[in-house]
Amino acid sequence: MVLSFPGNKTMTARFHPASSPDFVPASQLRDLQSQRLRAVVRRVYDHTDLYRKRIDEAGLRPECIKSIDDIVRLPFTVKTDLRDTYPFGLFASSMDEIVRLHASSGTTGKPIVVAYNRHDVDVWAEVIQRALVSFGLHEGDILQNSYGYGLFTGGLGLHYGGERLGATVIPTSGGNTDRQIMIMKDFGVSAISCTPSYFLHILDRAKEIGVDLRALPLRAGIFGAEPWTDAMRQHIEQAAGIKAYDIYGLTEIIGPGVGAECHCQNGIHIFEDHFYPEIIDPHTGQPLPDGETGELVLTTLSKQAMPILRFRTRDVTSLVREPCPCGRTVRRIRRISHRTDDMFIIRGCNVFPSQIETALLEVEGALPHYRIILTRSKGLDRMEVQIEVNAQTFSDRIGAMEELQARFAKHIEHIIGLHVAVTLAEPRTLPRSEGKLCRVTDQRNL
Amino acid sequence: MKIRQLSVFVENKPGRLRAPCETLAKAGINIITLSLADTHLYGILRMIVPDWQQAKEALERAGFVVNVAEVLAIEVPDHPSGLADVLRVIEQAGINVEYMYAFSERRNDKAMLVFRFQNADVAVAALTGCDLKLVSNLELFAH
Repeated sequence: MVLSFPGNKTMTARFHPASSPDFVPASQLRDLQSQRLRAVVRRVYDHTDLYRKRIDEAGLRPECIKSIDDIVRLPFTVKTDLRDTYPFGLFASSMDEIVRLHASSGTTGKPIVVAYNRHDVDVWAEVIQRALVSFGLHEGDILQNSYGYGLFTGGLGLHYGGERLGATVIPTSGGNTDRQIMIMKDFGVSAISCTPSYFLHILDRAKEIGVDLRALPLRAGIFGAEPWTDAMRQHIEQAAGIKAYDIYGLTEIIGPGVGAECHCQNGIHIFEDHFYPEIIDPHTGQPLPDGETGELVLTTLSKQAMPILRFRTRDVTSLVREPCPCGRTVRRIRRISHRTDDMFIIRGCNVFPSQIETALLEVEGALPHYRIILTRSKGLDRMEVQIEVNAQTFSDRIGAMEELQARFAKHIEHIIGLHVAVTLAEPRTLPRSEGKLCRVTDQRNL
Repeated sequence: MKIRQLSVFVENKPGRLRAPCETLAKAGINIITLSLADTHLYGILRMIVPDWQQAKEALERAGFVVNVAEVLAIEVPDHPSGLADVLRVIEQAGINVEYMYAFSERRNDKAMLVFRFQNADVAVAALTGCDLKLVSNLELFAH
């Protein structure tokens, strides 16, 4: 199949053996899922206190779980379970076997820690490889990986998958945009992975310094870790002369690589042989049939160091069982429309308003009235926290006010890991709402 | 010897400076002098008024956040070197000025300097006995 791009770039989608699990017949997939679910339930029951307790409380024994259909009998896992078992409480492997830890910000200052043994690192590289194949990449591609390297799963996740594919991976990590553009141009980069907002920033900067990305060999963008829209996709594809693909994942499950779009760009194929998706009614917890919109719940079927049963992602979507024109048999999810909680994502970072409140409380001892404003300018997301000044915090000295601002910013950065702009507002000027407080104003037009 | 200064937090937006001034006008309070410290997002309006308690209540009732600080008022001859002479004395006393502002008086040839030190009591002690005229509340508002 020949795909055409804006500009004069073309490429051919060809079958890659790494993708074969995406094309297995449904019954064969079900058998594999059932077999893996039995093993993972046994594993968490034997090795983690939390799951043994939860499974006992549900009146179950591991042997009650016979097929993938029994998954609905298992207890849910929520984000706070990972916080409450910080740091190693959900590990189902001994530290001798664990070869990697990653972490993401938690809800109250303590991060969430996730573990991988050698097998898990291989599975992760495999699913990323399958994602890259579904984006049309192959050996010989030059992948500029501008996801952050570090505790964040994005950088290393894409890195190992790219190497496994046989692509040439350039670990640029994030930041230093001029150098990113120089490398993209000089190294003949054919694909880039980063957050969509960072790519918008690269686009703006390239324009400023007179580099036309459409004239470069770059032909695919791999974007994830934050929500983006079809309108953004159209803009990016036109302005850069590339195909822009969505990759889905979350730290608690494995990182990026839970699912990925194919060249049809009509939903995210979930790598169901490793991550079992369900849609539930977020209020009742009851499973919903394919096609209905609800909260996405994911179970890791093959992870060993830290398997997670029925994780409530809070992402709202629906599952598509209808076959995709690409021929993949694994189900797709629609683009994430919104979340069931008040979490928002900025520059790839998950943030809860409660984290901001924790920081403000640390500084003031009492919670001031505040508002979070999210904006996007020149492709870069910006978060501003507006805080009302009160009699306790107000000083007649500018220096003291600047110190106060800096202290707020430092405490917030300490908890969420991002620098934010703190502005001070007059008392009683921020909007009050009755009942459900709406602390976050998102002006990014996502 | 210490004078109470009121400060009001105002956002750097059209109309925000007028609002506290209007509140004081409605309460019939005259502003003896004022200074406005500004940053790009907000300002701090500092004022000396005859009855600071009444002014504070009026401002707080209107929803403003009010800070009360102790400042010193020093009277100087209104001619060249008036301020420089005072600053030399302050420097010799070894205390640091946080900020200051000045105003001239109508009826004589004196100028009034308002100083904010980190600690007003320390400043009074350091400046007592120096060749400076610290002005009390009574003298300040008698004019």
